[in-house]
Amino acid sequence: MQIFKQTPKFDFMGKRKFAIAFSLILVLASIGSLVVRGLNFGLDFTGGTLLEVGYEVPVDLNNVRKTLHQAGFGDAVVQHFGTSKDILVRLAPQQAKAGESLGDQVLTALQKAADGKVEMRRQEFVGPQVGDELRDDGGLAMIIAMGFILVYVMARFEYRFAVGSIIALIHDVIITLGFFSFFQWEFDLTVLAAVLAVIGYSLNDTIVVFDRIRENFRRIRKGTPISIINTSLNQTLSRTMMTSITTLWVVLAMFFMGGELIHSFSLALIIGIGVGTYSSIYVASTAALALKITRESLMPVQKEGADQQEIS
Amino acid sequence: MLNRYPLWKNLVILLALVIGTIYALPNLYGSDPALQISATRTTTVDSSTLAQIRSLLESKNIPLRSIVLDDTGLLVRFENVEDQLKASDLIHNLLGNDYTIALNLAPAAPAWLESINALPMYLGLDLRGGLHFLMEVDTETVIRQAYERYINDLRGLLRSKKIRYLTIRQQGDSIVLKFRKAELRDKASSAIHSEYRDLQLREEEEGDAYLIHATLSEVALRDIKKAALQQNITTLRNRVNELGVAEPVIQQQGDNRIVVQLPGIQDSAKAKRILSATATLEFRLVDVEGSVSEALAGKVPPGSRLYKERNGNPVLLKKRVIITGDRITNATSGFDQQSGSPAVFINLDGAGARIMASTTKKNLKKPMAVVFIEHKNETKVINGKKVNVTRKVEEVINIATIQGVFSKRFQITGLDSVNEARDLALLLRAGALAAPIRIVEERTIGPSLGKDNIEQGTRSVIMGMLLVIVFMGLWYRGFGLVANVALVANLILIMAILSMLQATLTLPGIAGIVLTVGMAVDANVLIFERIREELRNGNTPQSSINAGYEKALSTIADANITTLIAAVVLYIFGTGPIKGFAITLSIGIVTSMFTAIMGTRALINLFVGGRKIKSLSI
Repeated sequence: MQIFKQTPKFDFMGKRKFAIAFSLILVLASIGSLVVRGLNFGLDFTGGTLLEVGYEVPVDLNNVRKTLHQAGFGDAVVQHFGTSKDILVRLAPQQAKAGESLGDQVLTALQKAADGKVEMRRQEFVGPQVGDELRDDGGLAMIIAMGFILVYVMARFEYRFAVGSIIALIHDVIITLGFFSFFQWEFDLTVLAAVLAVIGYSLNDTIVVFDRIRENFRRIRKGTPISIINTSLNQTLSRTMMTSITTLWVVLAMFFMGGELIHSFSLALIIGIGVGTYSSIYVASTAALALKITRESLMPVQKEGADQQEIS
Repeated sequence: MLNRYPLWKNLVILLALVIGTIYALPNLYGSDPALQISATRTTTVDSSTLAQIRSLLESKNIPLRSIVLDDTGLLVRFENVEDQLKASDLIHNLLGNDYTIALNLAPAAPAWLESINALPMYLGLDLRGGLHFLMEVDTETVIRQAYERYINDLRGLLRSKKIRYLTIRQQGDSIVLKFRKAELRDKASSAIHSEYRDLQLREEEEGDAYLIHATLSEVALRDIKKAALQQNITTLRNRVNELGVAEPVIQQQGDNRIVVQLPGIQDSAKAKRILSATATLEFRLVDVEGSVSEALAGKVPPGSRLYKERNGNPVLLKKRVIITGDRITNATSGFDQQSGSPAVFINLDGAGARIMASTTKKNLKKPMAVVFIEHKNETKVINGKKVNVTRKVEEVINIATIQGVFSKRFQITGLDSVNEARDLALLLRAGALAAPIRIVEERTIGPSLGKDNIEQGTRSVIMGMLLVIVFMGLWYRGFGLVANVALVANLILIMAILSMLQATLTLPGIAGIVLTVGMAVDANVLIFERIREELRNGNTPQSSINAGYEKALSTIADANITTLIAAVVLYIFGTGPIKGFAITLSIGIVTSMFTAIMGTRALINLFVGGRKIKSLSI
């Protein structure tokens, strides 16, 4: 089976103005949402206490809230988690109370109210300083990863490609974060890991396209940069689609079957893969084009007769 | 000849697969919930213990999978976690405190696999259930205590050298020594310099007094912090052993933090109490002459201090400590022979025994108090910032009249409950922590959630694989099947390497595996698309295969190396769950390069290499 019997001839670059507009709108909307609404940081980053418990029968949240209110946890956030038998209780970081025993107190209160028929499934406590540190370290990891990638792509290709791929990466990360901000999905450590995986994935896609662009620039003597980029995108199109689809298959399997704990993780990946596929076709190449990519700059360094050579 | 692999390459691939399969095999058998019963110094585990436990469990109708005695003790395997927990309590009651009974996951693989060190993957807490703590050592207190020690030492030094001083006290981050004369100060300065090289000395005049400012050097401060952290790790290890945990993790993280992971432990409240308490005891004489009511009004007699008993009653105790908790060599809980109330029996070391003997001889029929000192952690808001503070709680737990001269062994009564006696004995036995410690992060995963996580994780890996396999088969037909074989081989290799490294497999780690499954076929997609292109350009099948592999190679390398960079950065900067994800992703990238490039090439060469063929199944 093949998607295209012959190499397709889509005019990707001809539509780059639409792509730029589309990307700009998405990025600006994402930044807007991130500024206005921010991210709904999970316990990992905010600190606080979380308790997941399982009941034997479906449980009414209002009763649970009442129980907790009576036990002095009026500010607890209670919600169902996955099924109607499981609930999640969250407490903000408390003042002047020993934070690490709050989860136990809540559990005791719930067990008392339900004759002990409550099973502790998960309990987490993160101190406020640790939360801040995790957030800082996560941001740092992202920046450092991008820095290293920039250096590698610069060494293997040239700076225009490196800048193009980094622009595509930032584009993907901002839009993925934008989705999480707009819908106020919870952003925890696993989502951060997913965003970093998106960086890796999106880059993978971009590199494959760039590799082909470089090859074609060297091989095809005639043709404008736009037509060469178009040819390259078309040649790699069915690979781009195939890889996105296979990766999406497994991520969808995770999303639907992997359980609540990696739900957000797979959601971030689904968005990231979608955006990453789009950006490797439109954003990275458009950026390289805007930076005036030329045949000369991509020629291999020749030992003899190096009159065409241009070091950038 | 085109598309033939030399024999050695085929052998390398075959060898990697055989070794991989063997080391991945233990994972198929899984693990049994088990109890590890081992003896302490005073007891032994032998065949009679085995018989005892077997009959106990039979009488309670708890089915056993097996019960084996070896050099390390008894290993009892169960059908499920519920039985394991029930049995744990029962055996605890039967054997008492003199045995260590630890919850464990015992590999169920046959013995020959274990003999070549082929073990199943080490499951993280999110997959097996248990407790995770991140603890922070209060280094400020450590430094303060160090200065206090130095002050004592300096006093002793100056006294022994007969150098008269006015005062020695701590001032901020230094010790200030005051002298009346310059030559006394100079003498002291050189004496201190030759004895305590860690102290940096600075001289100063203030009015008619001559001062020395002594500060600890950076190196010394670092060493002190390091030593405190190390001692705390040792103490925590002792306490964890007392709790009975198989395969605990106790590791330093950063400069002042310690990670403690206790797989299988359920009772987080108890574990926390025992791990984070910096409890110690002090034995002090009661000031019987002083008046409590006057002391309450503010007139505390010199040499005494006001304390509170458990019920809130004030009591005056002598400031001089008879002995402290670090003289204790052993502590066991039990019952007082006469009153039958809970008691803790304490053994002292030689020096402690001598001090105790002389004190009790001089103070016969006088009351002595036991002060229990505990550090409690609280979060407070100071200047709008949340700060964790440690509060020292001192409580007189017991006042008893010294009935006779005692030295090495004695008992404390007056405790609220049997449990309290047991916990106190445990804390005393496990030793005091060098510095107060507080929990800054805690995660507890119940056993049922762990089981769900494994099941859901495994199911999504299998489902994702199946989807990809079907898809690849439909798309690339014969070549797709080859890619599928490589994919399965890749999964086996990832499992084998994880098992060999005994790296921790977490739920995000499983996600990493799932993701590599999706991305592993990318290399094959790249190669196959190239081959198709070459075929479309009118090349022969054989040269198309060759060109496809060759041209795709640098692309695959670039794409994978950049992803690997991201994964390694994740590993270095990430903590806990992120690290698990980064490990499997990195391993997956490396193994997928091997299977998707070398593995598929070997198979394709085997089937079509060197033959005259007209078309390819691609």
